[in-house]
Formats: sequence, C-alpha cells, structure tokens
Amino acid sequence: MSDPIEKVSIIVSKGSLEGVYPALIMANGARAEGIEANLFFTFFGLDVIHRSTIDHIKVATVGNPGLHLATIAGGLPGMSSVMTHYLEKKMEKLDIPPIPEFVEMIADTGAGIYACKASTDLFELGEEDLIDQVMDIITVGEFFAMAAGGEIIFT
Amino acid sequence: MSSAIYGGTTVEVNDEGFFEDPGKWTEAMAPEIAKAQGIDVLTEHHWQVIKFMRAEYIEKGSGPTVRVLGKTSGVSIKELYQLFPKGPAKTAAKIAGIPKPRGCI
Repeated sequence: MSDPIEKVSIIVSKGSLEGVYPALIMANGARAEGIEANLFFTFFGLDVIHRSTIDHIKVATVGNPGLHLATIAGGLPGMSSVMTHYLEKKMEKLDIPPIPEFVEMIADTGAGIYACKASTDLFELGEEDLIDQVMDIITVGEFFAMAAGGEIIFT
Repeated sequence: MSSAIYGGTTVEVNDEGFFEDPGKWTEAMAPEIAKAQGIDVLTEHHWQVIKFMRAEYIEKGSGPTVRVLGKTSGVSIKELYQLFPKGPAKTAAKIAGIPKPRGCI
C-alpha cells in the first residue's frame, strides 16, 4: 500500500457553487480521514469567505455545458438563482450543508481557512470584510511554507 | 484480511483494522483498540460517541459520518475532533468494532 496522504492544501479560485463545493467536500473529507487540511481562498473564491457574499454563491448557468442548457436560456434574468435554488433543495435532501454552515463546520474540524493577500488587495478587502473563521490573510510565500510536505490541490 | 488480538481474543480485521464481524466485539476490547489508535484513556465522552456509533450501526446497518455525529450524538464537531483527532467517525467506528462509515460529507 502507498504511503497515506498526511496533509492537503486546497486552493479555491472560483466563486461559483459548482466551483466551491468540491473543495469544501475534499477539505471536510480530508479531516474526517485524519488528514491535516488547509483551505486558501483566492480571486473569486474570496466570495466564500466574504461576509456579504457567502450566502449568495450561485451556479454558473452561462458557459457551463454540463448543465445542458442553451446558452441563451442560461443568460435569462434569474436563471442562475432558479438553478441554484433547485440544486440547494436537492442537496438539502442529501444532508449536504449550505455553504455558510459547511465552512463553519470545516473550521470546527480544525482545518485552516486563509485568504490570499494579492486577491484581498485587488478587491480592496480587509479582515473586517471576511468571516470570523478566516485565520489570516497570507502571501503566496507563506502559503507554500504552510503547504510544505503535503499535497496541493487547485480548484 | 488479517487478525488482531484484543482482550486475549483473536478477531478478524480488514486491511484498515476494522472488524470483519462486529458481533465479535466486546466493550472490554475498546480500550485496547483505542490505545492502538493513539487514545490512551477513554473518557465518558469517548464512550458516549462509541456507544452511539454502535447503536446506529445495529439499528441502520452502517455507522454515521462526522456530519451526522455532530448533529445527532450530542457531541459537537469541535469536541468530536478533540476526542478523536485522527477522524471522529473513522476512529470511533474502529473502536466500536463496526465497519468504516461510508459517506462524502
């Protein structure tokens, strides 16, 4: 058997529902296996840890061929909200937590939650704009130091 | 498949160390399994989780995931990870002599 994975550092760069959940599921699943896990939010991934957007993460209905929806239909006003609502209902049935609850749960497992400095500078965000679970705003160098000796996953 | 000796009794366990036959498990084996998992002393709270896992398995045929444990066992997610740092559902299932819970959340 191969050596088990002992640490994962997961980078979240997307701000869409389908871009965010896989990373959250992997981080939570890693902790459940006893694997050390850290989440790093960069670019539009910052929406997940921003106080005013964490509750408004939506499915991308344009430029998302996996939805099998005509692009012109996906662009209709409200389509993204409708699709998001539909998926959220399905997730609720499977007991997959909504994003704010999921992030809180992941923090409770002992996983680290960090924001990328370049991105917070770009979007002019400070610690006061971010949810309480965020441990720090860090540079790319600090990220690599923290990720040393483990696996890095970019989503 | 391999075997392990707990409380003087030989039991069959799988490659990850989970009991092949949960019926062979006794409470007396738990402290010894826990020690092998790095938990030196089983406190009352450990037992609360272990007994809950076992009861859920007997009732439903599978052990709960961490998410379910946090919602239904009366022990918070934070405390679950303090009690079982190497994964609460996985470690508690092993100590409780039941199969590893399957589930992604």
